Amino acid sequence: MIVSFIHRAVMQGIPLLFGATGEIVTEKSGNLNLGIPGVMYVGGISGVIGAFMYENSLPDKSMANPFLAIMIPLLCSLLGSLIMGLIYSFLTTTLRANQNVTGLAITTFGVGLGNFFGGSLIKIVGADVPSITLSTTSKFFSAHLPIADNLGWFGEIFLSYGFLAYLAVIIAIVTSLFLKKTRTGLNLRAVGENPATADAAGVNVTRYKYFATCIGSMIAGLGGLYYVMDYVSGVWSNDGFGDRGWLAIALVIFTVWKPNFAIIGSILFGGLYIVHNYLNQFFPFIPVDMSTQELIKMAPYLVTVLVLIINSMRNKRENQPPEALGLSYFREDR
Amino acid sequence: MTTTKAINKEASSREKPFHIVKRTDMPTWKSWLIRILSVLASLVVCAIIIVAVTGDNPLEVYGTMIKGAVGSARRVWVLLQEVALLLCVSLAVTPAFKMRFWNIGAEGQVLMGGLGATAVMLLLGHKLPAPVVLVLVIVVSILCGAIWGVIPAVFKAFWNTNETLFTLMMNYIAIQIVSYFTYVWSSNKGNNVINTINVDNHAGWLNLPESVDRYGYLLNIIIVAVLTVLMYFYLNRSKQGYEIAVVGESINTARYAGINVKKVIIRTMLISGALCGVAGMLLVSGTDHTITPNTAAGRGFTAIMVSWLAKFNPLFMVLTSLLLVFMERGAIEISTVFGLNTSFSEIIAGIIIFFIIGSEFFINYSIKRTRAKEVETK
Amino acid sequence: MENNAAVSFRHITKAFGSKVVANKDVSMDIMGGEILALLGENGSGKTTLMNMLSGIYHQDSGEIFVNGEEVHINSPKDAYALGIGMIHQHFKLVDVFSATENVALGMDKKTTGGAKEIAKAITEICDRYGFDVDPKKKVYNMTVSQKQTLEIVKALYRGANILILDEPTAVLTPQETDKLFAVLRNMKADGKSIIIITHKLNEVLAISDRVAILRKGEYIDAVKTSEATVQSLTDMMVGQKVELDIERPEIEDKQLRLSVEHLTCLDKYGVTALDDVSFEAYGGEILGIAGISGSGQKQLLEAIAGLQAAQDGASITYINPDTGNKEELIGKSVSDIKKMGVALSFVPEDRLGMGLVGAMGMSDNMMLRSYEKGHSPFTNRKAPRELANKVKEELEVVTPGISTPVSKLSGGNVQKVLVGREIASDPTVLMAAYAVRGLDINTSYTIYRLLNEQKKKGVAVIYVGEDLDVLLALCDRIAVLCGGKLNGIVDGRTATKEEVGLMMTNLNTEEKEGEKDDNNQSDQ
Repeated sequence: MIVSFIHRAVMQGIPLLFGATGEIVTEKSGNLNLGIPGVMYVGGISGVIGAFMYENSLPDKSMANPFLAIMIPLLCSLLGSLIMGLIYSFLTTTLRANQNVTGLAITTFGVGLGNFFGGSLIKIVGADVPSITLSTTSKFFSAHLPIADNLGWFGEIFLSYGFLAYLAVIIAIVTSLFLKKTRTGLNLRAVGENPATADAAGVNVTRYKYFATCIGSMIAGLGGLYYVMDYVSGVWSNDGFGDRGWLAIALVIFTVWKPNFAIIGSILFGGLYIVHNYLNQFFPFIPVDMSTQELIKMAPYLVTVLVLIINSMRNKRENQPPEALGLSYFREDR
Repeated sequence: MTTTKAINKEASSREKPFHIVKRTDMPTWKSWLIRILSVLASLVVCAIIIVAVTGDNPLEVYGTMIKGAVGSARRVWVLLQEVALLLCVSLAVTPAFKMRFWNIGAEGQVLMGGLGATAVMLLLGHKLPAPVVLVLVIVVSILCGAIWGVIPAVFKAFWNTNETLFTLMMNYIAIQIVSYFTYVWSSNKGNNVINTINVDNHAGWLNLPESVDRYGYLLNIIIVAVLTVLMYFYLNRSKQGYEIAVVGESINTARYAGINVKKVIIRTMLISGALCGVAGMLLVSGTDHTITPNTAAGRGFTAIMVSWLAKFNPLFMVLTSLLLVFMERGAIEISTVFGLNTSFSEIIAGIIIFFIIGSEFFINYSIKRTRAKEVETK
Repeated sequence: MENNAAVSFRHITKAFGSKVVANKDVSMDIMGGEILALLGENGSGKTTLMNMLSGIYHQDSGEIFVNGEEVHINSPKDAYALGIGMIHQHFKLVDVFSATENVALGMDKKTTGGAKEIAKAITEICDRYGFDVDPKKKVYNMTVSQKQTLEIVKALYRGANILILDEPTAVLTPQETDKLFAVLRNMKADGKSIIIITHKLNEVLAISDRVAILRKGEYIDAVKTSEATVQSLTDMMVGQKVELDIERPEIEDKQLRLSVEHLTCLDKYGVTALDDVSFEAYGGEILGIAGISGSGQKQLLEAIAGLQAAQDGASITYINPDTGNKEELIGKSVSDIKKMGVALSFVPEDRLGMGLVGAMGMSDNMMLRSYEKGHSPFTNRKAPRELANKVKEELEVVTPGISTPVSKLSGGNVQKVLVGREIASDPTVLMAAYAVRGLDINTSYTIYRLLNEQKKKGVAVIYVGEDLDVLLALCDRIAVLCGGKLNGIVDGRTATKEEVGLMMTNLNTEEKEGEKDDNNQSDQ
């Protein structure tokens, strides 16, 4: 039972991990992208559109080519989130628009885009299917190693996920190493901390902000893709993704802008998201009804607020948000 | 010693063709012209997208939109009601923004206000006389919103805790609290739906009798209209509004003028939260007569854009909220007519906002050609 | 280029907006292997000129040559590529990074190697020139001097051959300054060109080979330091004595209004900015405060205004002219002071960042210091509007309207608005910092006239100025600050420009030899 709990917690955590890693990369450049929830919706729906087109182009579902079935949605998803990242970057970095307003507009736009295509895709392409159910392509996304089934709890906890889950962990680790060890990562952090200094040191602030935001968006978008293609097995439902995008932003604060912490953090948040289903089984003597689960779902946000407060009170320099977070940079502005 | 003198000849011998400079001298009429042009440009882009999706004549499509927004008496009422609700939240966030305090927690503050109203109506609706219930509804909902708003402000004032992230998180805590109570107070056990409260005696309902007001929206609209005027005067005429403006412009100047900055931050967020509480009350006790976790319906976020686009002027906010609601209602109509998803309206809203916030660049900056070459030719 | 100049400026002009010309047709050379002091008063355009060399700004017209070749420096990166490194007054360091990380910032790993190689190179540079930097230390744990050292190491590591230091000693203790100078001499011996931006004459004489002087954005001259004296440099920096036709009415009845005793203040870095200063200000006189900028003037005025904390033992006593009551101002906030009935007006140096709200119009700015008056929750709109119109008319403020944001007005008009407001509140003490900076002659005279009117009314006027001619023509007494210490108080009618200039630049040791013929000599 604990095994299945951890398994579910990881499944829940993966979209958050993608989102948080993407947002960390973005925020390290000083861009507070509150559009991440929208970007994740777009990442999801773009993948859905790709998969839907592909499936509809097949005369027979059994003819699906595993490589194409994965690559088409994956590339569509990346492209969709990239466009969102570009819109945000263009508005905030080139046109120096307010980041909060732009981010929220991106979220409105992105969620709208996701729900719109989710609800109207069939009508628009004139396909004769009752609903978007991409079980064929989804199968390839959620495929796991066959040996996982034979390895008991170990297999279930560590080997039973689709490839995107492992990709999320790899991206988080790579990002963490990138930020800590590489020169480009160092430059990126400097841009978020003190763009004038980075500029004076010869770092192209604009380019870094663009790249970080766009790559961050693409990573976050994969969270949406994972959610539709793997977690819910290719069945899109409007607003189904829920508040996971905001949870991902909470996770960024919770892990004090460290992607490697986010791996554990995402599983923790994922666990908190579903723990109510298991409380009765874990602690039969505590009565848990439907209402309590809502309070437990509050926990991730509550801990995040606490982390935010404690960090601001302790005022330890390493645990603060990037210093120039949320500010536009203009060289002659001084 | 590691010398790295890779002289980049190319970089140092070329001159950038233009550079960007800040400008302060644009006349007001010109800046508004740019804003209006950007709205028009966004409408053109929207039209292109609508045509691409529906394949219909763009003029006809806009005709459909107008019909959808104001095509009948009922639709006009719904439009005005929606404008009122969005405007109310926008008014609420404006004092905080004017102070450069990023309150993006209006969604939560509205919900808490609504929850306060719900609690009073549900728990006391049959125990106290209806007028008393209504007074309590007003007091409690304002109080709930204010408390929810002031918590991040206190931490901002004393420990400089990042208010953007704090207020954002408070939204979801509020949503979960409301979720919890929809279970606790659910009409049928376990289905987390609270049926319309006090259908019998209308205790705590904030509506005029049906004989006066057929759709029940009039009182809401009047209240918000009054609030708009009050907020305009508060921000532009009152001493507190003046303090807010000074703190927002420069903390240094505020200190010079003898303003207690901490006090202003806390007081302003109390007001911001309280007004969100009013919006919650209008939603629960004036409109829905029940609450769900989705009662605020994203207005807390849309309000931020409304306020920003109007340059924090309550009177302009009437126009910006009208623009957004109009487009929303129109887009919903298009969706219905063409059998599309109603989220189409959010796409339209997003595009309009992109254009308007992008246009600010051309108001605040100008692009100049590098002058060196021109000087030589002169 | 005919000479062996490392850097040549030719006809450089740079303006900010359409009104402020920071550099006007500047042509000068910096030789290889020399230490050049760039001398000039505040606002003379030294930093702007150097910012063009380091790629922060781009000149509006004119050319820059490096090693004889014309160059276009569009960014700091271009500057580094040309071997130019600048140490700014506000350090360009990332606080949460270690020394090594700050040095590595923006550089290609292929050329620098990893952290170990960089740390090794830092140590090598330190050994070579005599610095001390811990490569692993985080910047936020460093002292100001350590941060500055790191900045220099950073520039050297990037192969800078031309090093610009913007007022490097402003934040250093005398011991740290000596250490810095030793290092600079080592670097010069290594063939590097060094430009020091400064206005401290003793340091110019101590370290530089040549001195170039800028005044009001224009290049005046360059001289060999060995041939220069404090006097000759002061003359060039402040210009020839100009007879100004400023009125100086004599007031008979002077009343003690403000008594400052043992005032010591720290600046925001925790460095002592004002050191045991004591003086008195009288109603019916203008007390001038002279001094090189950054000698503690800002802290002095702000301490009186209730904006700056003072160290223990200080006292500022205000004597109410109506009641004769004495009030202690130390430890009081701005609003406390207002409530105590102390009619204090303050024209701060930072007009738009402190004295006025740039985004508001004249009318709204008039309320800034008085909006709380009255019991109504609403502001009185009529009075400020009338005042705005009055100020506009009497001081001839050029503005499209009293609701036009004051940030859109020219500097002179902004100042008129500020001074007009401060005078209108019928003060008993009026403090004005650099009240005529950046203003044209006519506006300046308007301001002098206003100050004199206040003096005649019996107001104690404290005027912080930088133009000695004006101070000598306007003020009854002049208190001279030097490095945060009060170096003496002279009589404005008898003191000479040379005398005050020397007191500004030479520390108090010489002052005690005292051949000064003023009768109001320091009371410290």
